[in-house]
Amino acid sequence: MTTVQEHAPNPAAGDPGRPIGYGRIQRKEDPRFVRGKGNYLDDIVLPGMLHGAVLRAPVAHARLVSIDTTEALAHPRVLAVITGKDLQALNLAWAPTLSADVQAVLVTDKVRFQGQEVAFVVAEDRYAARDALELIDVEYDVLPPVIDARRALDPDAPVIRDDIEGRTDNRIFDWEMGDAAETEAVFAAADVVVSQEVVYPRVHPAPMETCGAVADFDPVDGRLTLYETTQAPHAHRTLYAMVAGIPEHKIRVVSPDIGGGFGNKVGIYPGYVLAVVGSIVTGRPVKWVEDRSENLMSTSFARDYIMQGEIAATKEGKILAVRTSVLADHGAFNATAQPTKNPAGFFSIFTGSYDLKAAYCKVRGVYTNKAPGGVAYACSFRVTEAVYLVERMVDILARKLEMDPAELRLKNFIRPEQFPYANKTGWVYDSGNYEPAMRLSMQMAGYDELRREQLEKRERGELMGIGVAFFTETVGAGPRKHFDIVGLGMADGAELRVHPTGKAVVRISVQSQGQGHETTFAQIVAEELGIPPESIDVVHGDTDQTPFGLGTYGSRSTPVSGGAVALVARKVREKAKFIAAAMLEARPEDLEWEKGRWFVKGDPGAGKTIAEIALGAHGTMALPEGIDGNLDAEVTYDPPNLTFPFGAYICVVDVDAGTGAVKVRRFIAVDDCGTRINPMIIEGQVHGGLTDGVGMALMQIIAFDEDGNCLSGSFMDYLIPTAMEVPDWETGYTVTPSPHHPIGAKGIGESATVGSPPAIVNAIVDALAPYGVTHMDMPCTPARVWEAMQGRHGPPV
Amino acid sequence: MQISMKVNGDDVSRDIEPRVLLVHFIREVLGLTGTHWGCDTTNCGTCVVLMDGQPVKSCTVLAVMADGHDIRTVEGLAVGGTLDPVQQGFMEEHGLQCGFCTPGMMLTARALLDRNPHPDDAEIREAISGQICRCTGYATIVRSVQWAAAHPLATDAAADDGAAAESTAEEVTA
Repeated sequence: MTTVQEHAPNPAAGDPGRPIGYGRIQRKEDPRFVRGKGNYLDDIVLPGMLHGAVLRAPVAHARLVSIDTTEALAHPRVLAVITGKDLQALNLAWAPTLSADVQAVLVTDKVRFQGQEVAFVVAEDRYAARDALELIDVEYDVLPPVIDARRALDPDAPVIRDDIEGRTDNRIFDWEMGDAAETEAVFAAADVVVSQEVVYPRVHPAPMETCGAVADFDPVDGRLTLYETTQAPHAHRTLYAMVAGIPEHKIRVVSPDIGGGFGNKVGIYPGYVLAVVGSIVTGRPVKWVEDRSENLMSTSFARDYIMQGEIAATKEGKILAVRTSVLADHGAFNATAQPTKNPAGFFSIFTGSYDLKAAYCKVRGVYTNKAPGGVAYACSFRVTEAVYLVERMVDILARKLEMDPAELRLKNFIRPEQFPYANKTGWVYDSGNYEPAMRLSMQMAGYDELRREQLEKRERGELMGIGVAFFTETVGAGPRKHFDIVGLGMADGAELRVHPTGKAVVRISVQSQGQGHETTFAQIVAEELGIPPESIDVVHGDTDQTPFGLGTYGSRSTPVSGGAVALVARKVREKAKFIAAAMLEARPEDLEWEKGRWFVKGDPGAGKTIAEIALGAHGTMALPEGIDGNLDAEVTYDPPNLTFPFGAYICVVDVDAGTGAVKVRRFIAVDDCGTRINPMIIEGQVHGGLTDGVGMALMQIIAFDEDGNCLSGSFMDYLIPTAMEVPDWETGYTVTPSPHHPIGAKGIGESATVGSPPAIVNAIVDALAPYGVTHMDMPCTPARVWEAMQGRHGPPV
Repeated sequence: MQISMKVNGDDVSRDIEPRVLLVHFIREVLGLTGTHWGCDTTNCGTCVVLMDGQPVKSCTVLAVMADGHDIRTVEGLAVGGTLDPVQQGFMEEHGLQCGFCTPGMMLTARALLDRNPHPDDAEIREAISGQICRCTGYATIVRSVQWAAAHPLATDAAADDGAAAESTAEEVTA
């Protein structure tokens, strides 16, 4: 089955499904990438540039006794060896995280996870830098580590963060949402209650390009130019100003082409700071690029939520309430990238797509001797965990009630007339029409036929499973008054200039890592101004060249920056109206807009195109009062709410009864992200996210042994699906625009990563029903599936 | 030590340390940065180049082992400003997003099409199974290669007309 339904019928009335700005056009990024002419971090070579390498801790928890750098410094090609003591002198040994904690840049007192940064060598080339790492002699006094989050608060657990004054245990925070008493009352009165521990194991976003930086500090004018693999260049600039004491106008952060981010490249890593210090110390540019094992062992992990889920329902299958208690493993430093007021991100969206009477969650974060992180890998700030929990619980309930899982969902959806819908944990869903999406997905899958096939196969002893998941995403953070990153409100800027000859440049504050912004943001301007996309350049990633904004993560580019770009184009259009009026000797209120042109109402021949208006705006004509010449504008967009895209996913798996090996045979994904800017790019985003889902569901885990050794520090053990493990994806869509967004568009990038793991696991558990399996945790490797078939399912770590 | 090889048709000769990996030689010594480096265990394939027409992971070949061989990188795919159909196919079918795996994928596809001009989807998937992509989910890569298969090289078309003596001769000497 390889049919891909590219243009599913749009069940909504009218034609809101028309893509905007020329729709499915080829990407402006591609010509350089297919020629090998991209410019990624490690392609950058500056005159006199040196290379840095990080010495990393071999153990998870240890007191640092001494570091001897004598031999390394004596290496003929080494220029500097930096230790924690050197950083202490600069007050840079510790750096603030995005979660109001601090993280060690280099170890000064104690190692807190394996792979932690201990020293930094600066040498003339990357080979010499690595050689010199071998010449550093470090003495450690090994301490017992805390590895199992369930044991982190045991009375005898070692205190990991003894650097924090007054800290006597490993608790980071307790946080709750919803009404505990109301939820308890609903649970007490419910006909049916099911509960299940659901573990979302630690995984890693593992972008193909690892993290890196090239720092170039000019000691004469005190200016720092920093090339970085960052998804949020402006936020980084501000943080460097706060941390390093270099004034913000003297810092230029440049994010070049990025070889995938997936949330891995949001925060500031010690390596970036070390490249800066290396450049300051040597007076020359310093490049630092980590290798894969460093990336997997020390940069932002994802998930690691142990969730106790409960769901209450009537015996007829009306879902009444969901309740959950979460133990969150944050590693040794709380460096989770999320809005300040949301220590568990947007996990409280775990009420899902269902109209509930009550909901309650509590989340406890703990320190362990592991790398920091948590929010990454297309999670939309913990929505992956929230959706996985509720979609597993609904499936477990369906089994308990002996109802079809698709029917149970259809019975409980929030109805279209209930939007905007206020859920029980404080979110207001903007729009949704869930049933048509679910029906379309079932129709594309041939759902009833699949169930018949499954029955026949079961009679023959073959294991086939059908998994359903329906999710509501929460993307586009967000309104300034509610959402900030380290105090910076989550608005985004846009600047648009139309040149005298009618070509345009739009400057945006977000940063593509492959999502096609250079193409789609041009399409938004094209839609609003009628300038063709090929005549519009999109500039991003250089803080000297672009307006301030918070960057690309949480699928926020279209909701926030996309809104900014539509509005700045409308502002230019409005300015153009006044100039056109002067050119046409008409009153502005007498003009009418058609794409690309203002004309006099009732006299379509009398009009001026945007190009003509642009030339007029830059020329010698007398401009109307209050119009200052040129055709340009800027805006900062503070979105009124987030956007809530949704999707209906169906997965078909075959499980080998002899080996436990799972094959994802088909995957049907119906997504609704409102107005679609470029359907080709949306489909590519969905395909990538579905592959993430296969990776997480079947093969990925960052595991540790009891000594805290990371067992997944390379692609030998941390597995990524290849072309052999994934099917040809079947995608469809419906269109339910966001009513508050300037062009009705919602985010989409993370939807498939959020929605696919529960569909796959639901399918596997469905396949294993003959063995009495009602739940198993990811990753569903052959060995773990086999164990589950023998009744020995257990949590993955 | 002194090594010489042909890279994208040009003769190059350099004095290098024996331990230098071919990927670093290509990227840092020759400045051909289209070839990427994505792992340290030979799994990802972002460093794939063609050595005598065969895809090799250049992170797992010493530059000195390429002495006397013919290397082709992504920069050598387009001929005389005309894109290889594989390059065109990746653009037509949205076979790339961040672009990091793309050069290696395209070179493997070129090698596949050179020995099997009409592969089925399974053959394409197997051919690229030594290479990881994090963005595309592979389906559009398979379609990109199929697009290229349906749009043969201009030189092949010319060869069919019996008018490609020069390029054939070049292949033989290479």
